[in-house]
Amino acid sequence: MTDARTTRPDPRDGAPAGPRDGVGAGMLDPVSTAGPRWRRPRLRLGRWSAPLGLFGAAVGVLWILVAVLAPVIAPHDPLAQDLPILQAPGEGTLMGTDALGRDVFSRVIWGARVTIPLALLLVVMSVLIGAVVGAIAGFFGRAVDEVAMRVTDLVMAFPTVILAMVIAAALGASLLNAVLAALIVSWPAYARLTRGLVLGLRSSNYVVSGQLLGFSPLRSLGRDIAPNIVGPVLVLASLDIGTAILLLSGLSFLGLGAKPPTAEWGSMVSDAIQNFDAWWIGVFPGLAILTVVIAFNFVGDALRDALDPKSQTIRGGGTTL
Amino acid sequence: MTDALTISELRIRTRSHPIVDGIDLALRRGGIHGLAGESGSGKTMTALAVLGLLPGSMTASGSIRLADDTSAGVTTGGSAGGSAGGSIELVGASRQVLGAVRGRRVAMVFQDPSTSLHPQLTVGRQLTDHLRHHLGLGKAAARSKAEALLERVRVPDARASLARYPHQFSGGQRQRIAIAVALACDPSVLLADEPTTALDVTVQAGVLQLLRELVDDGGLSILLVTHDLGVMSAVADEVTVMRQGLVVESAPREQLFTAPQDAYTRSLLAALPGSSFEESPEELVEELVEGREGAAGSGGSDAPVAASDHDVEGGAR
Amino acid sequence: MSTSTKAVRSPRSRGGRAAHPFLRYALRRVLTSLLLVVGVTLVTFVLTNLVPGDPVAAALGQRAAEDPAIVAQFRATYGLDQPLVVQYFTYLGNLLHGDLGVSTTTHNPVVDDLAKALPATLEIAFGAIVLSVIIGVVLGTIAAYRRGKASDHVLRVVSLAGLSVPTFWLALVLYYVFYFQLHIAPGSGRLSSDFTTPPTVTGLYTVDALLAGQLDTFLDAASHLFLPVLVLTLYTVGLLTRFVRTAVLEILDQDYVRAARAKGLPTRTVIFSYVLRGASIPILTVVGLAFGSLLSGTVLVEAIFAWPGIGSYAYQAASHLDLPGIMGVGLLIGVMYLLVNLIVDLLYGVLDPRVRLAS
Repeated sequence: MTDARTTRPDPRDGAPAGPRDGVGAGMLDPVSTAGPRWRRPRLRLGRWSAPLGLFGAAVGVLWILVAVLAPVIAPHDPLAQDLPILQAPGEGTLMGTDALGRDVFSRVIWGARVTIPLALLLVVMSVLIGAVVGAIAGFFGRAVDEVAMRVTDLVMAFPTVILAMVIAAALGASLLNAVLAALIVSWPAYARLTRGLVLGLRSSNYVVSGQLLGFSPLRSLGRDIAPNIVGPVLVLASLDIGTAILLLSGLSFLGLGAKPPTAEWGSMVSDAIQNFDAWWIGVFPGLAILTVVIAFNFVGDALRDALDPKSQTIRGGGTTL
Repeated sequence: MTDALTISELRIRTRSHPIVDGIDLALRRGGIHGLAGESGSGKTMTALAVLGLLPGSMTASGSIRLADDTSAGVTTGGSAGGSAGGSIELVGASRQVLGAVRGRRVAMVFQDPSTSLHPQLTVGRQLTDHLRHHLGLGKAAARSKAEALLERVRVPDARASLARYPHQFSGGQRQRIAIAVALACDPSVLLADEPTTALDVTVQAGVLQLLRELVDDGGLSILLVTHDLGVMSAVADEVTVMRQGLVVESAPREQLFTAPQDAYTRSLLAALPGSSFEESPEELVEELVEGREGAAGSGGSDAPVAASDHDVEGGAR
Repeated sequence: MSTSTKAVRSPRSRGGRAAHPFLRYALRRVLTSLLLVVGVTLVTFVLTNLVPGDPVAAALGQRAAEDPAIVAQFRATYGLDQPLVVQYFTYLGNLLHGDLGVSTTTHNPVVDDLAKALPATLEIAFGAIVLSVIIGVVLGTIAAYRRGKASDHVLRVVSLAGLSVPTFWLALVLYYVFYFQLHIAPGSGRLSSDFTTPPTVTGLYTVDALLAGQLDTFLDAASHLFLPVLVLTLYTVGLLTRFVRTAVLEILDQDYVRAARAKGLPTRTVIFSYVLRGASIPILTVVGLAFGSLLSGTVLVEAIFAWPGIGSYAYQAASHLDLPGIMGVGLLIGVMYLLVNLIVDLLYGVLDPRVRLAS
């Protein structure tokens, strides 16, 4: 350990984990010394990140329960305008009422049914699209790679929220279009990540030796490469759920997502701009966004600690000389 | 004659397990002391412990005493606190004491000069910043001293080199620059951690020869940490072999290479290239020693003296 | 790093051609950026022409759109009967003449609206980027140096929480607390009503006020800046802190830092001359990214403070589905972001001699 630290950049650095495949690791290892060695991803949760991750998971599960049980929990119809308007919290309702006499508490509860599932859907879709495009680009290279990377360049030339806003506006304001716009801006990150990992792994000795043994490209991709990509992609995805929620509610805040009267957190905060004195209209839905995003981010951060060897042993690549 | 550096009962450990488990080592004044051993044997950590630069997760106990040359009248202040009976205790020394020792009394050369020199700072800056800090030299004085240092380690075109960046030099020249940086404040002890391992075989000999010269010119003692017994046989006066945090054997070079006492030392020697040690150890080692000495003494050529960078660690790199 | 530092091993001495490799590098970056600018216009063009709602109906109103003759004439006038490629070049030509169309909300040329709004946004963006870089570098360096200690974990949790806050909500809460409740912050806008706009030089009220020697106007403008800048700073500082921590950790593990400590240099010198200089390139990259998220942030924040910048304009345009307005904002911010990234790329060359000089 002491001396290995100062050696040349470790070839393993490019590949976050080793092959899961017995053939790649055990059998060929003596030959392919430069290949990544299989290291069991040790679940070494930091002293702090583990409890925080658990706390985040608990809050996240709680919110998912709230979303599922919304009809049971919510005391009022979230759309019914049958209460006195602009009533402060505590005067008959838990979180007050808005300018149309709707119960803020019930709307916050029902809001969980809108944002959380859509954000999860969004992340799953971006991962699928991004991983497939990235894997194809990285593995087969050439024209596919060129086209895919130029498209990601184009998307990444804009700040995300701005591009999503522009696309959502062009598609027309609706929740579905907002998700579509968010999808268009978020898959390239996964494509880039996957492509980079595939590129690194494709030339690694254990994959090359697999191909020398006559394995088909698909087998290499599926059995030798894919397992090593899951970890990093999962980490990125888990940290992205929070971003997705912020993006979707941001678009709704701009009026490019959920349409009134849908109980959606971002547009509820937007409603508050017309009624600055009635602080409860905006504060509670915003708190809902905050707690959900923090929960998912804590989970993602703990996952990163657990799965990503790089966050534990950060090595310098050194100069390229 | 006193020793320049005396290590006794040095223990280094992490929270969970020991790295160095009580070693003794005396670095003779004006000599090169080789510290050999495989990866993880604790030799690099021993060197870092001398400077108090162990990673935060490790602690050292025992004693490392540095002979106090303050009488030479170069330093002032700083070392007074740690000074006792003509030597300074470095284990557990205060920040001030270490600050006055590092770079000034004890300097270090690292394995890979392409990572141990800052890529974004000029060679001149890296040669002069500690010079000015320790010796309080002005800009002009520091520059002329830096130029002299580059000449001493035989970097060509010394004056112009001061304005260049490390990536503009070859590997061997870079290591010479790193040595010049270490020598800037006339330290009495130089810790050289695998100084030739990252270099091309053809330039290793030149660097080793430079180290030998610096010692022979007087005033300097070197602790040479390496896993390469070929390097040891070329320049070391004495050799200590470590394994798993313990010293297994310590002897003058001649004796170690001709009559190794410990089985582990013998196995290391047998691992040298072309070894037929098991059949006739004496012959082989004599051959080795003669070959190395002849080339090392033969002057400035960068001939491949250390015949190989063969790695006793068994191809770990 | 995206910079390619292809180092060639050449022991021979180099002449005075030092500027050459950097110029080549700079030229390549500029060309790439220009290509991306074309890409950005392509995106806005495609989006404008992809609108499900018929642009004719949008422009003429429903009744006129039912008359085929009027529609045909309209399409001919605006070149909508031309092939898309031709339309794109017409669009590009218009852009080059500064024609971004007419806003359907303000009924002004979008270019004029944006030109009026830009200085206000630049003023808070500059303030926020400077503040968040300073805070982010300090906190990130502290966290890296105290890796694994309590302060590291606290900073980590706080920065993660900071990244989780919906900006528009934070703006609302701070505005409510500081203005409605505590009456500390001044009201919305860039200046209080009893002040007149300082003579325009840069368009940044604080700078213009100072240039005109109007100290009280400067103070009023600065106090109006405070809340928007604070919100945007909190938005980006979490990102910066986390990235700086990672970058500094990576540098702390470098041999040259160990070597600097072995030289006996004071900690201050080691941090500033060795560690931060080494981390400057990744940090610069993040600053570019942070600037992007900051521009996004203005769109979500300005409306709440009624700050008359690009963000408020975008908010207004978005809520009225004013397509020319939104596309104008997208184009402007896209180009600004590219410009920032170009500057970042060029600064790499300044900071890294391996990019600047041949070996």
